[in-house]
Formats: sequence, C-alpha cells, structure tokens
Amino acid sequence: MTFFEEIRQAFKGIYSLLVGLNITGKALVTKVETVHYPRQTVDNIDTYHGHIELIPTDTTPHFTKCIACGTCAHNCPAQCITVTKAELPPEIGEDGKPQKPKKAKYPELFKLDYNHCSLCGQCVENCPVSALRFSTDVYLAGFSREDFEYDLLARAKQNIEDKE
Amino acid sequence: MIPTIPMEMLRIIIFTVAIILFVSVNALLLVWLERKLAGHFQVRPGPFEVGPHGLLQTVCDGLKLMGKQLVAPAGADKRLFWAAPILAFAPAFLCFLPIPFGPHLLGMDFETGVILILAFTSLGVLATILAGWGSNNKFSLLGASRAVSQAVAYEVPLLITVLGVVMYSGSLDFTSIIGQQGSWPWQWNVMLQPLGFLIFFVCSLAECNRAPFDLPEAESELTAGFHTEYSGMGFGLFFFAEYTNMVITSSMCTALFLGGWHGPFFSGWWWFASKVYFLIFVMMWMRWTFPRVRFDQLLNLSWKWLIPLALINLFYVAVLVKL
Repeated sequence: MTFFEEIRQAFKGIYSLLVGLNITGKALVTKVETVHYPRQTVDNIDTYHGHIELIPTDTTPHFTKCIACGTCAHNCPAQCITVTKAELPPEIGEDGKPQKPKKAKYPELFKLDYNHCSLCGQCVENCPVSALRFSTDVYLAGFSREDFEYDLLARAKQNIEDKE
Repeated sequence: MIPTIPMEMLRIIIFTVAIILFVSVNALLLVWLERKLAGHFQVRPGPFEVGPHGLLQTVCDGLKLMGKQLVAPAGADKRLFWAAPILAFAPAFLCFLPIPFGPHLLGMDFETGVILILAFTSLGVLATILAGWGSNNKFSLLGASRAVSQAVAYEVPLLITVLGVVMYSGSLDFTSIIGQQGSWPWQWNVMLQPLGFLIFFVCSLAECNRAPFDLPEAESELTAGFHTEYSGMGFGLFFFAEYTNMVITSSMCTALFLGGWHGPFFSGWWWFASKVYFLIFVMMWMRWTFPRVRFDQLLNLSWKWLIPLALINLFYVAVLVKL
C-alpha cells in the first residue's frame, strides 16, 4: 500500500468510528424497548414458542384432534411424551361373548415431561392431524420437577372451559 | 505546650480526607453511570431495582464485595499477590494532590505537578504486572504481559503530547498552565493543538485500560486478565483504581487542553467538574460502541501512527512558540 493510500484508509477509519458513535448516540436517546418485568408485562407474546400443547376443539368427549397414533412420542428425541390410547368398552360379538376391547382413535392420556423437552418441534412437525402447537406460556415457574410434568389433555379441556 | 500544626500540613490532611471521600463516592457513582449508560446504549433501562433508578445498586455491590472471603490461589506468591491491589489503588490518591479543581481548590501547589502525575500513574502498570505474576495463572500472566507492552507503547506519545503543552506554556505547574488559557473555548489549548488533544485522549484511554484498549483484562479472551484470581475487595480495589484513573486522566486532559476551571460566564470548579465528567461520558460512549482492538492493531496504532503524529505535533508547537 502506498503512503497516501494508507492515510486515506486512516481517514476512512476515523470516519467509520464517528459513524459508530452516531449510531450508539442515537440509541442512547431512544426510548427503552424492554419493560420492568414484575410490574409490567409485554402485551404481544404470539411469537413465543413455549412447551407444546394440544389444539383444543369442540369435538366431545376428547376435546382435541389427536388420534393417539403415537407419532409424536415415537419421534421425540428426549422421549418426554407419553400417549396412551383410550380403550372402548368391549362389544358383544356374534357368538354372544365379549370380544377383545378395541382401541379408540383418541388419547386417554397425553403427558409431557417438560423437564426433558428441548423444544425441537419434531412432534409438532410430524403430527399427521396437526393436533399440536407451541403454547405461549411465558411465565412458567414451579417449586419442583413434578410441576413441569403436564397433562396436556386436562390442559386442552381447561383451555376450552376458559374460553367459555 | 502543644506545638502548632503547620498550615500546609493541615491543608494536606484535610485535602486527603476529602479526596478519599470523593474517590469512593465517585467510584460508586461512575460504576452506576457506566451500567446505566450501557443499558441505555443498548435500549434497555439498566439497573433499576435498588433505590431510585438503581442508584443504590453499586452501594449494595460494594457491601457484597467487602463481605466476601479473600482467597489467594495455592501456588500464588502471597506477598506480591496482595501488594498488587494496594499498589494499584494507593498512587491514585497522590495523583489528586497537584490537580487544581478550582482557582484555590488544590491540595498542594507543586512546581512540577505534571511530572508527579505522570510518574505516579505509571505505577499502575507495575501493580498490573505484580498481579499477573503473583497470581500464578496463565490468563493473569498473559494479561500482565499485554499490559507491559501496551503501557510502554502508549506512554511515549502521551508524554510527547504533554511536552507540547508544557513547551507552549513554559511551565510544569497545572495552575499556571490553566492560568494561561482563557474563559472561552477558542482560548483553550485544544484549539491550538487539536491533534495533541486527540492523541492525548486516545493514549489516556489506553493507559486506563479502557475499551477499546482493554486488552490486559479482555473478558472474552482471558476471562478477566490480570485480576482473574482476585476475589472480594482485592478485585474491588482494582475496580476502584480503574474508575479513579479515569477521573485523573480526564482531569489532566481538562487542565492541559480544555482550560481547567475556566469557562464562559462563571469560572469555577463546576466548569472543571463538568468538563471532566463529559470526558468520562465520552470514554463510556466509546466503550459501548467500539469492539476491542487486536493486539497487533493496538501496537501498530501506537508505534506507526500516534508516535509520528505526536512528533509532528511537537514540531508544530515548537514553530508556534518560536513565532
């Protein structure tokens, strides 16, 4: 690099430093973006990805679109989802004897152990009936590990009741 | 009969007590200000919970530091290890003696005040080296070795620019250097020697180990550099020393280049204080704007740019004095 080129570069550098100072100087006088959390909360948390939840629907008696196929539990790398199919009452067959009970197409139990969940979203992506979504539960706190083992079916039911 | 206490000694004692008080309150305030400004530069409020706008946060932090156990690592050289923080902090008091905050507000009228400050601020580097060596820790030693080459590189241009001012005013006494500058900004030395002022400011940043020249501590590379192993008030004293050094270099800058206590309309210590705190604000502003320089960049800046420019400035001042 020639002598004059170096001097030109130096002036360019000083100019860029001044540009930087200008940017932070403007940031100094703008209004703060954050809120004082315990006393104020943000109003829009729609984009927050919390733990998964079942999308509540009006279909009684199980309130969700879940067909209890177990794909989510199968795909979960942390194995934190437990799904159990509900059992239908045994039908009386043609021979008059009660037959082997059939499995229903809805869950009896849908549990999430949030302690082990890494929020990878494999369950949400792989659900064949799109029954899962991320909740917007920001303000989670608990005193024991058991507090974070959720019964998602009860939660969906609660969601519907809250809506009513 | 009790012999009468000499007036000069009484003056120094009162001044020392006042300085200890000022330095402590100032460090607490500056740490708070630094965190508050850091917050607002990043569009967040900064400390807010303890006291009004978090004003008492640093008091609580100080109490916490005092309450902590002082631990020295097993392989450390104990004597050097504990001498370092004291050595970092002690000269800071002495440096306040010759600085005139107002027309009559100074501890001691030294003929050679400038030299005294330059001599005692360079003791701070010695403390850094002792801390780095005494800790028996790789990070500390690396931080200390960086501090040495940084101090050697940046004291040269600093001294040359100070020499420029001293040549122009023909005195090493702060009072007479300030006395020769007028009330209005265009009568200050900064108008005559803008290049000298810039070089002095950059070098004082480096001498204080402030960002973007905070290589001796460089959190992201050396955990905490030379004070990695210090706990409690050992670290606290280094922290105090850093903020006190900021005040000293800013005061020097104000006295040498910005007309000291002189100001439009009402000259007095308030002009001195507001100039000092404005310079400190600029230092903080730069800290939260610029990324840390690499080590070769740091040394290149000093040896290839600042020293030649300082020599040019010195030559320019010599011509100015001759005219």
